[in-house]
Amino acid sequence: MSEELSFWRTYVFSTDHKTIAKQYLSLGLFWALVGGLTAYLMRWQLAYPDTEVPGWGFIAPDFYNMLVTMHGTIMVFFVAMPILLASFGNFLIPLMIGSRDMAFPRLNMLSFWVFSLASLTLLISFFVPGGAASAGWTGYPPLSAKAAYTGVNWGLNLWILALALEFASFLMGGVNFLTTTINLRAPGMTFFRLPLIVWMQITAAVLFMLSVGPLIAGAVMLLMDRVLGTTFYLPEGGGEPLLWQHLFWFFGHPEVYVILLPGLGIVLEIMPVFSRKPIFGYRPIIYSTIAAGMLSFIVWAHHQFLSGMDPRLAMPFSITTIIISVPFALIVFAMIATLWRASISFPPPMLFALGTLSIFILGGLTGIFNGSAPVDIYIHDTYFVVAHFHYTLFSATFFAGFAGLYFWFPKMFGRMMNEPLGKMHFWLTFIFFNAGFVPMHFVGLGGMMRRIANPMQYEFLQPLQPINTFITIASVLLLLSQIPFVVNFLWSLMRGQVAERNPWQANTLEWSAASPPPHGNFETVPAVYRSPYEYSSPEAAEDWLPQDRPLASPAAARQ
Amino acid sequence: MDSRAQTLTSTGIPTGKVGVWWFLASEITVFGGLIASYIVVRLGSSGWSEAAAHLNFSLGLANTFVLLTSSLTMVLAFAAVEDKDPKRLGTYLGLTVLLGLAFLIIKAFEYTGEIAAGFTPAAGIFWSFYYGMTGLHALHVLAGVITNVILSIAAIGKVLRPNEHRVELAGLYWHFVDIVWIFLFPLLYLT
Repeated sequence: MSEELSFWRTYVFSTDHKTIAKQYLSLGLFWALVGGLTAYLMRWQLAYPDTEVPGWGFIAPDFYNMLVTMHGTIMVFFVAMPILLASFGNFLIPLMIGSRDMAFPRLNMLSFWVFSLASLTLLISFFVPGGAASAGWTGYPPLSAKAAYTGVNWGLNLWILALALEFASFLMGGVNFLTTTINLRAPGMTFFRLPLIVWMQITAAVLFMLSVGPLIAGAVMLLMDRVLGTTFYLPEGGGEPLLWQHLFWFFGHPEVYVILLPGLGIVLEIMPVFSRKPIFGYRPIIYSTIAAGMLSFIVWAHHQFLSGMDPRLAMPFSITTIIISVPFALIVFAMIATLWRASISFPPPMLFALGTLSIFILGGLTGIFNGSAPVDIYIHDTYFVVAHFHYTLFSATFFAGFAGLYFWFPKMFGRMMNEPLGKMHFWLTFIFFNAGFVPMHFVGLGGMMRRIANPMQYEFLQPLQPINTFITIASVLLLLSQIPFVVNFLWSLMRGQVAERNPWQANTLEWSAASPPPHGNFETVPAVYRSPYEYSSPEAAEDWLPQDRPLASPAAARQ
Repeated sequence: MDSRAQTLTSTGIPTGKVGVWWFLASEITVFGGLIASYIVVRLGSSGWSEAAAHLNFSLGLANTFVLLTSSLTMVLAFAAVEDKDPKRLGTYLGLTVLLGLAFLIIKAFEYTGEIAAGFTPAAGIFWSFYYGMTGLHALHVLAGVITNVILSIAAIGKVLRPNEHRVELAGLYWHFVDIVWIFLFPLLYLT
């Protein structure tokens, strides 16, 4: 049924949601390499200050500032967003709801190409005179509002431009995700039969679309301050530096959940498959997701307890922040209850899903410390915070991201990934991640500040240096632990065992399409008869019951 | 291509309309953030009304009428679609484009006068907000004008027929841009 398309239309300017997903994935993985390189350079400098980094050279303090800035920018906006949201969302939403493509395929293509333009802009910003942006990934003014303060002019302007393009791209993506899910569901696919990851993706899309607007306005103001000489953020002209922090974090905190929710969604899809049990609490998970999404709009100032904002605001924001841990705790308990007394198997996707869960729990617990204003006064801007958000975001981006890749690789590329290599990848990543980031909490409690280029300049930090060295060794090993993945990915792409339609014996609709699905996805649009997690159902002969398999028995007709 | 596209809409609402409404929802937060910032900074500082007194009130008022009238012609264009009258559709879309352009020309004239009088974007916090808010709005007007030009050309060339619902979608956006101005005008000119 598919007519022949030219090479360009098939692989480059494709409107097929699956190709676009793979394009996002490739760019995201490319940026992950760059982000990993910045982490390596920073960690070396922290462990062995002002020595030559093997394979690179010396790192000057202003270059270190650039590394800190670009590491955050790249990992959040150019790795986590394209992989978790754009790639998995694009690939899975149409397949899982039984649609042939996105609602607006050409808008989808445009969204990817605008994202490529954002990537190109960010890449160019490394090479302009003055180097790339160095005002922190949060870009606080006044530091970011005048070129003279950081010595970076074009680098920072291009940084703003790259983020603006990225936001435009994800707005188009968000419109597509929402419209597709609202209007292109297959017959019988009601909202409460949607797989949980679809719920998580559309909640993330709503959060993104409703929170990014003020930051777009804020970014326009920042660019005007830098280029036209306005004084939105400059006190000497009647402006207000704190305004940016509010605009940034009004977006920045929902953004955390924009990344986290798709990650949790991946875990929630994988767990029932390898537990052979229905998900525990399907509807409560959806309600929790929505509740967390709404709460995420009123927690932002917990990033600003020490910013000089009215201190009377601290307690309300502490309270909302601690309340938001309730829906997430519910989701975590639902995951654990799904595992309870299940017949669990441990292929790489399940290992990474369990890794996400355990690491996210620790990150969530340290979040309670950060969210309480009295504790935060002590740990604000220290490595405790750095350790905290790596526990939450590394688990969502990399552990859940890898879980998703190992799980859907056969559907994406029609071949299986190698299992022993995958398991090795998991255990090395899990061990070295914890080895690196557990001690980071202690360094932070010892008072080490974020973003400093040389801890040895501070007498009170000198006794912590052996821990810093240990963290660096673990981080380098963590980076090296990704080699089995790279080998596995590339090798399986070409030589992996050919995958059947449903290698994991899973229920959701994507597994009833061919591996990989052709343009148009399904031979005929499937009809949906039941919810997505009916494993070990007494009504079926096997221990799984796909959403689109009709059952003749009266028990099934009741569904 | 179209043979494999799904035409079903699970909810019964046209798919394009769902998309445009979500797009507008996010646009509301862009201007919402800008207006909230304006209010917060305005409450915390003084001297705004003296600065605002230098704005050309009558030109601003004229522009308000221009934009309101353009919303009317946009509605009439949509009515022409409903009446299946392509000639009237072309006329009203063209009028909407002309009124949009008139708005931009008057705005540019205002900017020129203000900058000549020394009120550049760097002249203080009121002027920062004035140029930031009206500038972003003017870009939205420009986008609407371009959309309407594309639609008018298609209408005049008689190739709009299968996609006439796009007039309604463009209209939704155009009214949004109009409503934003209804907020900006009192905030900036009548402050």
